[in-house]
Amino acid sequence: MADTPIPLQVRNIKKRFGDTEVLKGLSLEAHQGDVITLIGASGSGKSTFLRCMNLLEQPDEGELIVHGEAIRFKETKHGREPADWKQVVRMRARLSMVFQNFNLWAHMTLLENIIEAPVHVLGKPRQEAIAHARELLERVGLTERADAYPAQMSGGQQQRGAIARALAMDPEVMLFDEPTSALDPELVGDVLKVMRDLADEGRTMILVTHEMAFARDVSSQVIYLHQGVIEEAGPPEAVFGTPRSERLKQFLAPKH
Amino acid sequence: MIDLHGYGPRLLEGALITTELAVLSLALAIVLGLITASAKMSRSRLAHAVGTLYTTIIRGVPDLVLMMLLFFGGQIGINTITDALYAHFGWDIFINVNEFVAGVLTIGLIFGAYMGETFRGAFLAVESGQIEAGRAYGMGPWLVFRRIRFPQMMRHAIPGLSNNWMVLLKTTALVSVIGLSDMVRVAAEASKATREPFTFMIIVAAIYLLIASVSEWAFARLQKRYDVGYGETK
Repeated sequence: MADTPIPLQVRNIKKRFGDTEVLKGLSLEAHQGDVITLIGASGSGKSTFLRCMNLLEQPDEGELIVHGEAIRFKETKHGREPADWKQVVRMRARLSMVFQNFNLWAHMTLLENIIEAPVHVLGKPRQEAIAHARELLERVGLTERADAYPAQMSGGQQQRGAIARALAMDPEVMLFDEPTSALDPELVGDVLKVMRDLADEGRTMILVTHEMAFARDVSSQVIYLHQGVIEEAGPPEAVFGTPRSERLKQFLAPKH
Repeated sequence: MIDLHGYGPRLLEGALITTELAVLSLALAIVLGLITASAKMSRSRLAHAVGTLYTTIIRGVPDLVLMMLLFFGGQIGINTITDALYAHFGWDIFINVNEFVAGVLTIGLIFGAYMGETFRGAFLAVESGQIEAGRAYGMGPWLVFRRIRFPQMMRHAIPGLSNNWMVLLKTTALVSVIGLSDMVRVAAEASKATREPFTFMIIVAAIYLLIASVSEWAFARLQKRYDVGYGETK
C-alpha cells in the first residue's frame, strides 16, 4: 500500500463567489477504497467543494494532489487558474464525475456516450472500448438500451448509463454530485444499488447526497459541512449515531 | 420552344458563376461567423469589442453600399498602398481587384456578421451541463468544441443558417453592379439586346428557385441529421 500514491488529496480549499466566501479552507484525503460522503444543508458548499476537486470550479486557494501529482496554479487577471491545462486534462481523466442531471451527451447513443472519452481522451482502440462498454452496460442493467438516445431513457436509466460512462474511464476516484436528487422516488433505488455495488467492490468514491440511510450504510467517512466549514467529520456511526455539534443534530433530526 | 437568341450558353455560365459565388461566400461567411460568435462570447474585452463593431457596421449599412465601397474603395486603397511602395522603395506592384474575388469577399463579409449572430444564439442554446460533462471527462477545449459544442450547436443553428443562405443567394445578384457576369447581368444584357425581358427574367427566376429548392431539401436533411437524439422516440 505504501508504494501506491494516495488517489486524491485536497488541502485547505477556499473559494469565493463575489463577496461571499463559500468554502473556507476545506481538506480531505481519499485513500484507496474510501467512500467519503459530504452532507449538509443546501448552500453549505458541498457541491462546490466536489466541483473544486476536478476543477470545474477554480478554487481561489488550496492544494489539489491527484495520484501524488500536485496541480500547478498561476495567478491571472481573472484569478487563480491552472498553470498547465494538459495536467488538468490528465488529472480529470483519473477522476470521473456523475452529475445530478446526468449530463449524458444528448446527440449520442448510450453506447457512444460510454466510449466517447475512452476513445477520444484516453486513446483506447474503438473495438476495445465498445467491448468494455457492453460489459459495463450489463453491470448497470442496460444491455438493451445501448443504442437508445438519452432522451429516450428514463432518469434512472440515464443515471445508471452515466455511471457506466464514468466507469469506462477506469477512474481512480469517482465523484458523485447528488446523483439521485433529480430522480423520481421510485427510480432512486436502482441507482443506489449500482452505487452500493461499486462501494462493495472497493471503488474510491466521494459523494454528495441527501440519502442519509445510504450514506450511513456505505460510507467509510462522513463529512458534515456548514457554511463552507467542516463542522463535523468521522465514521458514519459517530456522525449519525452520536453527533456532537448542535447544528448537525438539528440537520439530522427528522423533519416535520 | 423558347428562343434564347444564342444567349443559352452564356446564361448557363452566368448561373454557374452565381452558384460558385454563393457557395464560396457561404463558406467564408460560416468561417467568419464562427470566429465572430467566439469573439463575442470571449472573456477578452478587445475580442468582444471587435466582434460587436463588425456586426454593428455590417448589419447597419446596405449591402449594395458595402459592395461598392469594398470594390471601388478597395481598389483605391490598394492603389494608394502600391503607389506608396513605388514612391518609397521603387517596388512596382500592380494589383487589380478581381470582380469574382471581390464579390466573394464582400458577400462573405456581410453574411459573416449575420452568421455570427446565428451561431452565437445557437452556442448559447447548448446546455452548459453538456459542455461541463466533456470537461469533466478530460476533454480539452478543442475536443469539447468538435465533439459536443459544434454538433449540438448546429441543431439550433440550421434554421437561421438556411435562412441566411436564402438571402445570401439572392444577394449575389448585386455583383452585377461591379461588373461580374453572373446570370442576372447576362439576362439583363440579353433583355436589352433582344427586347424580350420577360423571357430572360423568367428563366433567371426559375434558376434561382431551383437552387433554392435544392438547398431547402439539403438543409432539411442536415437538420434531420443534427436532430438525432432529440425528442422523437424510437
